[in-house]
Amino acid sequence: MAGGVDVTTFELTAMAIKLGIVLLILLHVAPIMVWAERRICSWMQNRTGPNRVGPFGLLQPLADAAKFIFKEEYVPAHVRKGFYELAPAVSIIPAFLTFAVIPFGPSIDIGGNLVHLQLADLNVGFVYILAISSLSVYGTIMASWASNSKYAMFGGLRATAQMISYELALGLSLVSMIMVYGSVSLQEITQAQGEVFAFFPSLPKWGVFLQPVAFLIFFISIFAETNRLPFDLPEGEAEIIGFHVEYGGMKWSSFFLAEYLHMTTAAGFLTAMFLGGWQMFPGMYTAIVALGLEGDALYWTMVGLRVLSFAIKVMVILVFFIVVRFTLPRFRYDQLMHLGWKVLVPIALVNIVVTAYMISFGWL
Amino acid sequence: MLQKTDAEAKKQTARSDEFDEHDEIFEDSKINVNIGPQHPAMHGTLRVMCEVNGEIIEKSECELGYLHRAIEKIGEVRTYHQFIPFTDRLNYCSALQNNIAYVTSVEKLMGVELPKRNVWIRTMCCEIARIIDHLICVGINAFDLGAMTFFLYGFHQRERAYEFIEKLCGSRLTTTYTRVGGLMSDLPDGFLRDLSDWLDEFSEVIDEMDRLLTGNRIWVDRTKGIGYLSQEDALSYSMTGPCLRASNVNFDIRRDMPYLAYDQVEFDVPIAKGGDVFDRYLIRMTEIRESVRILRQVCQKMPGGPIWADDKRIRIPDKDRVHNSMESMIHHFKFFMEGFDCPEGEAYCPMEGPNGEVGFYIKSKGGPKAYRLRIRAPSFFMFQTVNEAARGCSIADLIAIIGSVNIIAGELDR
Repeated sequence: MAGGVDVTTFELTAMAIKLGIVLLILLHVAPIMVWAERRICSWMQNRTGPNRVGPFGLLQPLADAAKFIFKEEYVPAHVRKGFYELAPAVSIIPAFLTFAVIPFGPSIDIGGNLVHLQLADLNVGFVYILAISSLSVYGTIMASWASNSKYAMFGGLRATAQMISYELALGLSLVSMIMVYGSVSLQEITQAQGEVFAFFPSLPKWGVFLQPVAFLIFFISIFAETNRLPFDLPEGEAEIIGFHVEYGGMKWSSFFLAEYLHMTTAAGFLTAMFLGGWQMFPGMYTAIVALGLEGDALYWTMVGLRVLSFAIKVMVILVFFIVVRFTLPRFRYDQLMHLGWKVLVPIALVNIVVTAYMISFGWL
Repeated sequence: MLQKTDAEAKKQTARSDEFDEHDEIFEDSKINVNIGPQHPAMHGTLRVMCEVNGEIIEKSECELGYLHRAIEKIGEVRTYHQFIPFTDRLNYCSALQNNIAYVTSVEKLMGVELPKRNVWIRTMCCEIARIIDHLICVGINAFDLGAMTFFLYGFHQRERAYEFIEKLCGSRLTTTYTRVGGLMSDLPDGFLRDLSDWLDEFSEVIDEMDRLLTGNRIWVDRTKGIGYLSQEDALSYSMTGPCLRASNVNFDIRRDMPYLAYDQVEFDVPIAKGGDVFDRYLIRMTEIRESVRILRQVCQKMPGGPIWADDKRIRIPDKDRVHNSMESMIHHFKFFMEGFDCPEGEAYCPMEGPNGEVGFYIKSKGGPKAYRLRIRAPSFFMFQTVNEAARGCSIADLIAIIGSVNIIAGELDR
């Protein structure tokens, strides 16, 4: 009841502001990612890329979006109309929902009220992300079946098998993380990553240093989960054109919007889980203390830097996504399954056993 | 690295044999998938109809003819010079090679002796065309498998090569550079110097492309053992060119039946034993390097002198004289309206095109037009192998196979 503000009103306002900010950022991530993808790929390939519309071509995604919106809403005659219309929405909604539990900053103290910089600190934690992101495959399946086309069906079948297989590896790699941190709440996990190793104090206890194997499996799996090259088999534009072959205009681009949102969520998830989340980079704290900041100034600078650290980490992962896409060729379907079931899943299982032993011996 | 073990070959065969047995449970699960003629991975207008079980192709049938323009027939109703632009439209990736192959057959009929400079310029053109063709083939093959950057590295250099062709003849794709007994024009000033500068730059890019893709595990897994053709199969399908050499046949017309100036330059002919997509890729990458080697020698050894054969029957009058003397003007008109008379006989000059043996068989019964014209296009023979190679592979492999044999629809359908 500090400051005479009614707690429920305060919480509601804070929630509304947070929701607004997160939604705005998520909505803007896709166009910026489209721009970044095109600029980075052209930079990698000795090309210019879009640089005409706006400064550095930054308004190009807006022009693209305008084009898509004004395109004719063409629905082929042979599709199942209801599901066909529904599929883009079904794939885009889970993409928006999943970001809710990712903490993008620490809990801050405003006039005695604690505000978590996270939309919802659910008791199921990141299991919520796994649950909701699994739903997005329904959008793909729906699109492929409703399209009533052989190519789209190939895409849908590939997507189903791929997402389910890699979700297993992804989940198993997270099991070892639960064992290490003893929690499924991403906020708690992030806080735990603020500690440092006893034998090497300048190295923070980030998940990537504690569980490098789980990190690798997780990293590979999110490429498959988000349908990015080298795992973009459901799309496979040169082979089967993709599960969205019968779509056009804004419906088609909503699948891509969903893909970019998934990428962002995956990058945020990875950051919170393995890269210390909103924990500052080593050296940042020393730097601001050296600047001589105190009291409130120190507190708010730290909050700002923590949110910034989170953003930088997410951006680095996203750029990595793009660089990988333009470096590697695509897998074949059976090779993909082989990698998922015969390589990643066994390694993840062994990792769990090893982690369990290490915990029981008190090494972790 | 080029070795393909017997075990791998057997595995491939075993994979194909599995589908011979009658499959009762999944009988209904087979569907027919039509790939092409409009498909992003079909280079040009090809069509492959596949019967697939899951994603495995059990049977496939290739269809051609979507780009048929009756070019062979056109060759019988046009004069010899008028037909040269049509040869550009055969294999449009290496138009210079077609120009040269065609006029060489006509020159053989006419009994024309070419001056040295002409021969060396033509040799150079063949090699530039080979570089361009190979860059497209390996680039698009990689692009179809998802490696986009590799493709654009190659395309950037291909663009540079086209600049040289543009300097030669003013156009890029449809060159029409050769004339019977001569060339459209001599090399422009400083051409060879620019060319050798570019060759240095290009060799570095080729090494870079090599580092980017050749050792990549995903690329190797995707291409090794795919589209396997044994030595016997390759020979029985009349395959020629890089695909034949990838199936362990040591044959290159440039070396074994030298034409132009190929007996005066040094180069190696790469062969591989795998007979698969990966080996075809390797052969093409090596041949690009050999072409660079040949071009370097051409830059050094290019002789001076005239580019036109000293033969009144086929000599196109100089523009200078056409514009200033009436007799030459009349000669010019008569030459282009009526064409030149060709003695009776038949001629075929095989050449090692980028894709394989290219040749124009011409039968003349006198007069300014060919009595019969037939084109030996390497794509035609290679398209037949796709059915055999794709059996038991998945759709993704089919795309890799079609990319690796480099079928150009313009040449295939003629």
